[in-house]
Parts: sequence; structure tokens; C-alpha cells
Amino acid sequence: MSGETLTTQLKGGLAAPICLTWELTYACNLQCVHCLSSSGRRDPRELSTAAAKRVVDELSALRVFYVNIGGGEPMYRRDFFELVEYAIGSGIGVKFSTNGAFIDAAAARRLAALDYLDIQLSLDGADPATNDAVRGEGSYDTVMRAIDNLAAADFGPFKLSVVATRHNVAQLDRFKALADALGAQLRLTRLRPSGRGADAWHHLHPTGAQQRQIYEWLLANGDNVLTGDSFFHLNALGEPLPGLNMCGAGRVVCLIDPIGDVYACPFVIHGDFRAGNVRDDGGFTRVWRESELFSDLRQPQSPGACASCGAFDACQGGCMAAKFFTGLPLDGPDPECVSGESYDLAAQVATVPLTLKPRPTPDHSYAVR
Amino acid sequence: MSTDQAAPPRRGLLGRAIELHPQVSVRPEPFGALAYHYGNRRLVFLRHHDLLAVVHALAEHDSLAAALTACEVAPSRWPSFEKAFADLLAGEIVRER
Repeated sequence: MSGETLTTQLKGGLAAPICLTWELTYACNLQCVHCLSSSGRRDPRELSTAAAKRVVDELSALRVFYVNIGGGEPMYRRDFFELVEYAIGSGIGVKFSTNGAFIDAAAARRLAALDYLDIQLSLDGADPATNDAVRGEGSYDTVMRAIDNLAAADFGPFKLSVVATRHNVAQLDRFKALADALGAQLRLTRLRPSGRGADAWHHLHPTGAQQRQIYEWLLANGDNVLTGDSFFHLNALGEPLPGLNMCGAGRVVCLIDPIGDVYACPFVIHGDFRAGNVRDDGGFTRVWRESELFSDLRQPQSPGACASCGAFDACQGGCMAAKFFTGLPLDGPDPECVSGESYDLAAQVATVPLTLKPRPTPDHSYAVR
Repeated sequence: MSTDQAAPPRRGLLGRAIELHPQVSVRPEPFGALAYHYGNRRLVFLRHHDLLAVVHALAEHDSLAAALTACEVAPSRWPSFEKAFADLLAGEIVRER
């Protein structure tokens, strides 16, 4: 019963997702430059409270253990607490990502009263200047105010969620120290060229040297730092990082967006990776189990141009979303490939004409003023 | 994340009465089952259908050995089951009762 066997089994798909992300709304008070869902404005087709509860009922029947709620800013929804309490009451744990803007003293007390609720507060710089350059003016202070309110409400441990960028890789130790000082757990995830990140990625993604730095730092910190298993492309550098070494899209992971569309993963909100809608006949269950797209993703994937590289078993060719939105073939190396042969692939990506790169859809960014 | 890592096997587990931890939910899957502990948020892969059957049988038997017998697990496989349950015990997926 080797790890490889398990990975092979997981690639064939599961009865229900292990890790399901549910973006509750595209509405957001911030406009982070790398937002994977291009959030800003609410979509008028957003699921109603009743429709969202029907989704919860279905996930409960499927025995989905927990959902990762995000957005946009999920607390923007007026029925946020109603939906969270309904999910937890249905036996579904909730982990939710927030920028903290709506965690005032009263909201913190209400959050602290809930069992099976985990909070991930997003922070992309260890100081206001680094963070606010990506997440917007004042967003660092907003997170710290939310943390104070959670502490006053005795919420307990939370997660500090950091997206690794060119400007914060040098701060990894500071993030860890900050998390430790706050009694939080650090979560470090990979920047994807998704949503508004399709444009921001080119100047924000870590350099080749920084990729190695992230890898070594994660190896040294082991299970103490959560990653959502998002750095498996770095396994080509040697000893594998903790976690599942595979792309989970449509296999163990998927995304439900605010209007009920089901995508293969949170990083591929694009028509090519839309498997269906929770309001279709048969609901989410049928989309998960029978959609053509997900069935295709569960077939053995060709290593393509990576077939001749000795590192393929280690890195699995990297992240599908990263390849797709940088205009690279899906059966070839990741734009941040760290194996010797294509180490500078990211630089080559910059030469792919913009017209050849898929544009993320839909875009809920604020209208340009 | 998996039952592969974890503590060395505990001696004598076969003779003890164990049960599924009340905060754990188990879901059948093509490879066996997934177990999730709502308290410590651990996700564990039960990578054999027989392992799932034994987990379900635990409640009705006074010892792990009795549950293995009831599930017709060949005695030659008992040591690997004892090791697997020691791991599940360490991860609080099952507990002694």
C-alpha cells in the first residue's frame, strides 16, 4: 500500500470531493491584484439563501466532511452566518477565508461560539507596505483589527493565509514568527495566474531562485506549515514535500462558484473547466460523478513533453491552471518548472503573445472608472 | 494524512475493546474509505475495504480480535490489522472503550 498506489486511486476520482471550495459571493470590499476569482461586484445571479441551503443538503448527503468557503469576501453576504450555521448543523465543517473587514467585536463573538469553524485570514506581506501593495491600502491594519477582535472573543487558534510572491518570499521567517506570536497556524500557498492574477502573475510570481528558497523553507518547516499541497511542482528538486503529490482538479477537489457553476478547481474559473451547475438536473452530485469534463480529468493524463524528464514522477508536470492561463500546453511543463531543462520557462512564458493566452471568465472586477 | 506514518504498534491491541471515535465520520470510497475527525481535523485514508468492514464491526465486539474473526480476516493478516489500528488509535480515529 504505497503512496503511489493511493495517488493512482485518487486520480480515478472519489464518490465525493475531499476538498470542496465554495465561493459564496463575487462581492468584495477589496480588489487584490492577484484575486483568483476576479472579485469585486456581486453577480446578480448569485444563489439565493434557499438555493444555497439546498446545496448544503446535497453536500451533507454526500458526506462531504467540510467546505472551504471563500469569495469575494464571504461575510459580505447578509445570510453568511445563517449559511455557516446551517452547514455546521448539517454535519459539514466550515473553513472560511476572509480579509477580516467584517469581523467586528460582535461578529467575532458569534464566530467564536461556533464549533467546527476554522478561519483563514489572508495576509500577503509581513508588514503593511508589502501587504497593501497587493491587497490594497489599509488591508494589513484591517486584518490586525480582526485578529484583535477574535482574540478578545477568545476564538482560539486561526490560520494566517499567505500567498507566496516575489515580494514576500524573503519574509517567510517573519510570517512564521508572526503566526507563532499570534497563536495562529501559518498557511502558505502558491500564486496562480488565475482571475486578475493572470495579469499580476508576471511581475509577482517568485523567481527561479525563490522557488528553491520556498522548497527548502517548506522542507525545514514540515507539517508545521499548511500548504494545501499547492507546491508539488517543487518536488522535482528532490525529497518530496509533505502532502498529496498530484493535481486534484475534478478528482478530489472542485469549486462551486457564487452562481452555482461547478469548476474543476478554484484556480480554473474559465468556461473550458466548467463542469455544470448545481441547479442542473441531478444537482451537484451528478456534475461530480457524471460530467464529461470530470470524467476526462480522471483518465490517465499524458506526460506529453515531460515524458523524457526524469523528474516527472516527482512533480507530475505541475499545476494545470498555471499552464492554462500562461498559454502553455497542459501536457507539458509548469511555467514555474524547476527541473534543469526548463528552469527559465517562466521567462519564456512572457513571450507568449497575449492573444494566445486564455482570459479568465467571468470577470467581476469593478468597472474601470 | 495517511495511516502509513504514526506510532509504533501497541502491544496487545488485539485483546482490547475499541470503537470509532464519536467525532469521526467515515465515508466509503473506491479504495476503501475516508475518515475525518471533526475535532483534530485529521483526514485519514482507510486503504482497504476489509479495514472499513472491521471498523464497522468494532462496536458489536468486545475486542479487536473478535471483530477480525467476525469479519473473517485470516489470522495471517492480523498483525497488519493490529498495526493499522494502532495508527488509527494514535490519530484518534478509533479509541479504547
